[in-house]
Amino acid sequence: MSEPLLEAIGVTKAYAGVQALRAASFALRAGEVHALVGENGAGKSTLVKVITGAVAADAGEVRLGGQAITDPSPRRARSLGIAAIYQQPALFPELTVAENVALGVEAAGWWSRVDWRARRRRAAELLAQVGASIDPDTDGGLLTLPEQQLVEIARALGAQARVLVMDEPTASLSEEDARRLFGVIAELRGRGVGIVYISHRLEELARVADRVTVLRDGRTIATRPMAEVDRAELIQLMVGRRLDAVFPKKPAAPGEVVLELRGLGCSATGVRDVSLSLRAGEVLGLAGLVGAGRTELARAIFGLTPADQGEIRLRGRTVRIRRPAEAIAHGIAHLPEDRRRHGVVAELPISANITLASLDRLSRLGRLDSRREKEIAVEYARRLAIKTPALFLPVATLSGGNQQKVALSRWLVTRPSVLVLDEPTQGIDVGAKSEIHALMSELAAQGVAILMISSELPEILGMSDRIAVMRAGTLVAVVDRAQATQESVMALAFGHRPLEGPASAPEAGP
Amino acid sequence: MIPRAVRRHQRELSALLVLIGLLALAGALAPSFFGATNLRDLAVNDAPVLIVAIGATLVILVGQIDISVGSQFAVCAVAAGGLARRGVPVPLLLPGTVAIGAAMGALNGVLIGPLGLPSIIVTLAMLVAWRDGLRWITQGAWVQDLPADFQWFGLGQSAGQWAIVGAALALLVACAWMLRHLGAGRAVYAVGSDAEAARLAGIEPSRVVVGVFTLMGALTGLAALLDAARFSSIPSNMGTGLELQAIAAVVVGGTAITGGRGGLGGTLVGVALLGTIGTALAFAGVNPFWEKAIQGAIILAALASDVALGRLEHHGRAGILHPAAGD
Repeated sequence: MSEPLLEAIGVTKAYAGVQALRAASFALRAGEVHALVGENGAGKSTLVKVITGAVAADAGEVRLGGQAITDPSPRRARSLGIAAIYQQPALFPELTVAENVALGVEAAGWWSRVDWRARRRRAAELLAQVGASIDPDTDGGLLTLPEQQLVEIARALGAQARVLVMDEPTASLSEEDARRLFGVIAELRGRGVGIVYISHRLEELARVADRVTVLRDGRTIATRPMAEVDRAELIQLMVGRRLDAVFPKKPAAPGEVVLELRGLGCSATGVRDVSLSLRAGEVLGLAGLVGAGRTELARAIFGLTPADQGEIRLRGRTVRIRRPAEAIAHGIAHLPEDRRRHGVVAELPISANITLASLDRLSRLGRLDSRREKEIAVEYARRLAIKTPALFLPVATLSGGNQQKVALSRWLVTRPSVLVLDEPTQGIDVGAKSEIHALMSELAAQGVAILMISSELPEILGMSDRIAVMRAGTLVAVVDRAQATQESVMALAFGHRPLEGPASAPEAGP
Repeated sequence: MIPRAVRRHQRELSALLVLIGLLALAGALAPSFFGATNLRDLAVNDAPVLIVAIGATLVILVGQIDISVGSQFAVCAVAAGGLARRGVPVPLLLPGTVAIGAAMGALNGVLIGPLGLPSIIVTLAMLVAWRDGLRWITQGAWVQDLPADFQWFGLGQSAGQWAIVGAALALLVACAWMLRHLGAGRAVYAVGSDAEAARLAGIEPSRVVVGVFTLMGALTGLAALLDAARFSSIPSNMGTGLELQAIAAVVVGGTAITGGRGGLGGTLVGVALLGTIGTALAFAGVNPFWEKAIQGAIILAALASDVALGRLEHHGRAGILHPAAGD
């Protein structure tokens, strides 16, 4: 166990003047899960890219089994048994599962003949090894996200991977799917595969990782056995300062009921019979497994997939919302789940993104007030501490956390009375996360009613005044923060009575 | 370090440099190229193309394509001639022809926006349908015996020419101003960059698409009327290949064929460049058979630089796809 399987020594890399890695070092043993943590920009993904051969280091080297990898390239790394799985699986949607697996496994020349039966059998074997019951003839595009991940892992297994890099593998997974993934990881570790595990979810590292290496500003700060560090210490190592509280929501005095749903349903997305009320100054956390209908409920409230059953009442008046523009006119704002795709318009300038939902208010007879637009952009960039050299740059130039702040600014400019946040801190660094939490508290104190969807239980428990739990398209319970625990919320989400034995497969809704 | 303004308008500026080089070459070899008559002829010839290219710029910015404008152009021109022959007074021809064009554009828009059909297929169908429908109705005959005040709108040749060029440039300025200063212009860029993101921000992409195609049709109608007014009769095969001229000018002018990036300044340069080459080569003593080949080469060069620039941006975008892992 002492000889490292994979070793990065003194790796240095600069992109166009930005120093991404400064003599970073990292050692992975066979049969260990080694977590790599750090804020955005700390150099994690650059280090991973160097390991997988996607970028060449300016200095330093990567050794596999004591041998320096000369002439690194993705192809070379793959042939040496280094595989990587990213947050968004990269399967070919039009190809079958068997073909997808074969692409990483079969050595194929242009003229080599395909043995379809063997290919299918091989895929089935590999899938069985990761505990997935997926038909090899299904199209890749029809699989759920967790299934796609399992296929990628099966492909890596088939390629005889000795080193497996997993980048935020649980970011889009429900608790149950994540647990299943951890089982697969434990299995791989038992076979002697070395796993580099990147995650922003510190609480899961304790469950999955053996050791942890902290990166900060491109340097290796520390490597510790996971059992010997706690979360507060990790955060301190990452940010170099102590964060008193990650979740600073203060209890609020709830005001009048702003938003009320009565038997709301949307047959197109399977949401049915949701009744709840949301008060001014309150944060209502919406918990549940992925696929429970939380995002779909948010989309129905915002008019993206309009509700066709029940009613939406705003301050006691029934309203019909058929389009986002109508929701915005009623004072509802919606921060979508998939920031990278749709939360911002990547090619538009930062300032235009901030004002995009308020064009009507900024215009007189259709004419935009450019000076007012600039003032607003400057104001919100300062208020949310958006880090950028200039506001006319495209949003694409920002880091994930700063993009999310731009997406949030856009809705704050509309001065909403109801703010629907779908996974507001998913995949962003600890610093930006705590800034967004502080901002949510501030908004609630100003009387904004906030509906927050989150798959991260500590965030739900820390930020919410009340917690609503959804399962199979409908609301199963609303509990006060004081009474809620991680276990009780999970039990509701899985459809068990609280305190009833270990989780089994959730029962399907009628 | 290249100034940012230069880098952002790299494509427009390089097209402008090629244009200046071409003009310099023509001027050096044949000083008569810069004679008033020649320049005026060039401007009058290119004005209708410029008007159509303004519409094409908007359509491409919003992430769509319209290849039916050549046929719409012919329908509008023949309709204008027909109306004039039936005694419709000249001042009413303008709104009449523009309305006919707008209606054809709106039909495209409704099929593409709210119904979600792919624009290349819809406008291909319209390209064929309008052209062959027109051929069937006219039996290929030209519109003859136009009223005397149809040509040059009764303004006389000189004033009529100024009116055509002036109208095209005024439209260019007006549309450029609208793109920059109206909420609707912002919406065009937003929808062209990412229609779903625009929808989540409360913009209705299908409405923007209908609006842009309707404007495209209206501009085509206007361009057709201005072009038809230059002659004493109207051929029913007018505007053949016009859609390709317009799209080529837009692409050469630096607007991204994928939408969301570009503008009308580049389109003006693109129209001027592609519209000048033939004449400039003739003045420079080059065999005019080379005109199309050189135009093609310029379009390829423009697309190749798109790929080169697009590559660079792709590297920038890798950071958006996986920023969570820290970059």
